Amino acid sequence: MRELAYLRPDDVGDAVAAVSGNPRAQYLGGGTNLVDHLKLGVTSPELLVDVRRLPLDEVEEVAGDDGPVLRVGANVRNSDLAAHPVVRSVFPAVARALLSGASGQIRNQATTAGNLLQRTRCVYFQDVTTACNKRDPGSGCSAIGGYARYNAILGASEACVTTHPSDLAVALAALDATVVVQGPDGERRVPVLELHRLPGDRPEQDTTLAHGELITAVELTAGRLTRRSTYYKARDRASYAFALVSVAGALQLDGDTVTDVRLAWGGVAHRPWRATVAEEALRGSAFSEEAVLAACERELSAAVTSEESAFKVPMVRNVSALVLGRLAKEDR
Amino acid sequence: MQAEITLTVDGTEHRTTVDTRTTVLDLLRERLGVTSPKKGCDHGQCGSCTVLLDGRRHLTCLALAVAHDGAEVVTAAGLADAADDELHPVQQAFLDHDGLQCGYCTPGQVCSAVGMLDEAKQGHPSHVSDDLEAEPELDDDEIRERMSGNLCRCGAYAGILAAVREAARS
Repeated sequence: MRELAYLRPDDVGDAVAAVSGNPRAQYLGGGTNLVDHLKLGVTSPELLVDVRRLPLDEVEEVAGDDGPVLRVGANVRNSDLAAHPVVRSVFPAVARALLSGASGQIRNQATTAGNLLQRTRCVYFQDVTTACNKRDPGSGCSAIGGYARYNAILGASEACVTTHPSDLAVALAALDATVVVQGPDGERRVPVLELHRLPGDRPEQDTTLAHGELITAVELTAGRLTRRSTYYKARDRASYAFALVSVAGALQLDGDTVTDVRLAWGGVAHRPWRATVAEEALRGSAFSEEAVLAACERELSAAVTSEESAFKVPMVRNVSALVLGRLAKEDR
Repeated sequence: MQAEITLTVDGTEHRTTVDTRTTVLDLLRERLGVTSPKKGCDHGQCGSCTVLLDGRRHLTCLALAVAHDGAEVVTAAGLADAADDELHPVQQAFLDHDGLQCGYCTPGQVCSAVGMLDEAKQGHPSHVSDDLEAEPELDDDEIRERMSGNLCRCGAYAGILAAVREAARS
């Protein structure tokens, strides 16, 4: 590990100024991903700006234009957010997603913003002896033609075929959360769907944030739809494993008619994949398992797979049917 | 870069200078001589370095010491009440149910179980809880899920499960 300077500013403005002013500075939150990367040599900042003790650890209920808003501070721990009574009752997909991630110890350490900004677990990204365009731009992609079980099937590029590892991000994508971001020139709001990006020819860039921008909060608007939401994670082990595929869904029925639906997929792309084609096909139609499967087929017509990742197509389609089927049962 | 920090470990306050790259685990083991937390994988995958940090179960291998200036750490060695020479109930349950073979993962398992039981007492749900809003009942599936961050290479899981089950009931 290289020499490392460390700063712990008392306020958000000082933290943003410290990172913005130094291209080799990084924020440190709970550290569960970053400290590992320091050891592995995946990243080697010269300055860490510790934001974990900034006063961004409250969960507040505030009024919003479209209903009550839950404003989650960036430093709220994953375990505390999953256990929050409003999250459990009004945003069950968020609680389920958080509880399916990592372990009890890690959820006590990991923060809300850090969860969204964690980096891929692609084995090549984490192994500095291999080529990886995300870690070392221009070096190539070892996952193409390599170990492909966890590779993306949607929106990948010739430069990068990896997936985003966060469960929380998938649930937030389904529920149209907003991320509050502080930059050197002020605050802006970013729909969570616009936070993460597809790899294109710049896979080193996970998100649309500029260097130095700091996530200070995540906002969720409550509604009937968010209460009828859930999350399912398919993985190689029953616990403490990353997703092969995951599905966050929300459903509103009037009789058998789908009046509203949300479907977001994890483990299939470089960012949480909002299945808008499938949602559009389902909205207004009669709810049935066959209808969900057919809608997902349409979404997946653009899928590109290898022999090792081809299983993800039927898996994400079938898990979507499972998730929406469960929600339909609850709603009837 | 060096930084001066204070860490309270099992009731003893330590004022020490650390390199900013030092983890809490390395500080405890290499500098302070507190060898109860073990270094297994050193990458947050095995749980053998688990302690209670500011009251909650926490990995020490993925924590920089400088970021935890002022923290209070309780290791498995500090759980027992030294004054009356009695083990912590979770430690006693591990002995009573053979919740170990080689013992390397045990301090982490014990700290994790203590933290986990406290989380359950506070009503925290888990991945396997059917009803997110109900008070959790620590059946075997719940215990397995909540302890999944602690690996045992000897495979003493049957005994660990029995130990935690008993500790949950006492």
